[in-house]
Amino acid sequence: MADKKPLYKEFTKGLIKENPVLRLVLGTCPTLATTTSLESAIGMGLSAALVLVCSNIVISLLRKVIPQKVRIPCYIVVIAGFVTIVQMLVKAFLPALDEQLGVYLPLIVVNCIILGRAEAFAGKNGVVASALDGLGMGVGFTAALILMGGVRELLGSGTLLGFQILPASVSPMTIFILAPGGFFVFGLLMACANRLAEHKGKPKATLGCAGCPLAETCTQAQKVSCESKGKEEKK
Amino acid sequence: MKLFLSILLTAILTNNYILSKFLGICPFLGVSKKLNTAVGMSAAVIFVMVLSSAVTYPLNTFLDNHGLGYLQTIVFILVIAALVQLVEIVLRKYIPALYNSLGIYLPLITTNCAVLGVAILNIDSGYTFWESLVNSFGAGVGFLVAMVMFAGVRERLESCEIPKFLEGLPITLVAASLVSLSFLGFTGLVENMFA
Repeated sequence: MADKKPLYKEFTKGLIKENPVLRLVLGTCPTLATTTSLESAIGMGLSAALVLVCSNIVISLLRKVIPQKVRIPCYIVVIAGFVTIVQMLVKAFLPALDEQLGVYLPLIVVNCIILGRAEAFAGKNGVVASALDGLGMGVGFTAALILMGGVRELLGSGTLLGFQILPASVSPMTIFILAPGGFFVFGLLMACANRLAEHKGKPKATLGCAGCPLAETCTQAQKVSCESKGKEEKK
Repeated sequence: MKLFLSILLTAILTNNYILSKFLGICPFLGVSKKLNTAVGMSAAVIFVMVLSSAVTYPLNTFLDNHGLGYLQTIVFILVIAALVQLVEIVLRKYIPALYNSLGIYLPLITTNCAVLGVAILNIDSGYTFWESLVNSFGAGVGFLVAMVMFAGVRERLESCEIPKFLEGLPITLVAASLVSLSFLGFTGLVENMFA
């Protein structure tokens, strides 16, 4: 795959065409939780991007060494290692950001973008392509977070990066920085993204099962539970 | 007793892990289409949450005592993953009835951020061992409440006429926003109840 397509395409696809948040619908938890202000959105995006690039490189280097059966635990260990490094860096140099992100910083470990890219791309492709893929996905993730953080901070507190933007006469709508506002803004952004995709003849975004490493178990679980329900009804 | 009750109610209502902390959004959006899947998944989450908190809490004390606190993230995720595997094997061998109803959801929970989140938050909030068990149980029940409510909303949604641009995921998210808005109404409830 990497031979046919020029390498820069691996980078650019993550920006818009396969944007991890708005097109693949991965990593919804940090997208909703850390976009209460633009600052924490940028911090979260960049931390996740750093982990993504590093883990993609290492996993792609190790792809021939890791046995197929235990690949997911191996990926998790690599990712957790890099998350710990990022966590320590943020704690040391940006303590204010560490306080804002709180528990969501260690939770990058279970961010499905990272595990999903490891499974879907880095485990099958060369080092350079994987690094570019990670970089593109990371930048795309950060861009989507910035978009959401910007909208929520502007409407919710009338500021951007702490600077007053809306005049004081416009009272801020605090609901946008609370939990319901997060779901609401994400829903509307998703509707816009779907609309744009439709314009170009692309399918709508569905929940990120395609990129999720657990998709197989998940669909199986749903199928089994449906079957058992059917049986109960027959009885 | 009062303290335990207030922790429990806070975790279920005011600080619901899905609707106000945004942990476990993937299963919330993915597995809530049918009521029985939602209940099965939540039961497995409650089970794993309490179990993993019971294991990670003493482990964290051990790490701290040996100056290895920075290994928290790696150790926790590995222990939770191993624990889930172990539980799956034990259930399959000895309690097949329970395995049939919960087993299929167990592998999904390993990388559920709510489980790791509750383990880390227990320690960050400075709970004691029993308090953290109560908190995890509450978090799991809160997960169940949110899932069941949302499954109900989604079943109603399917028979509605939805504006074309909102069809699919966007309307689901807007519906989640309204469900979460209803939980905002509980703000301050627990504090006042035990004041």
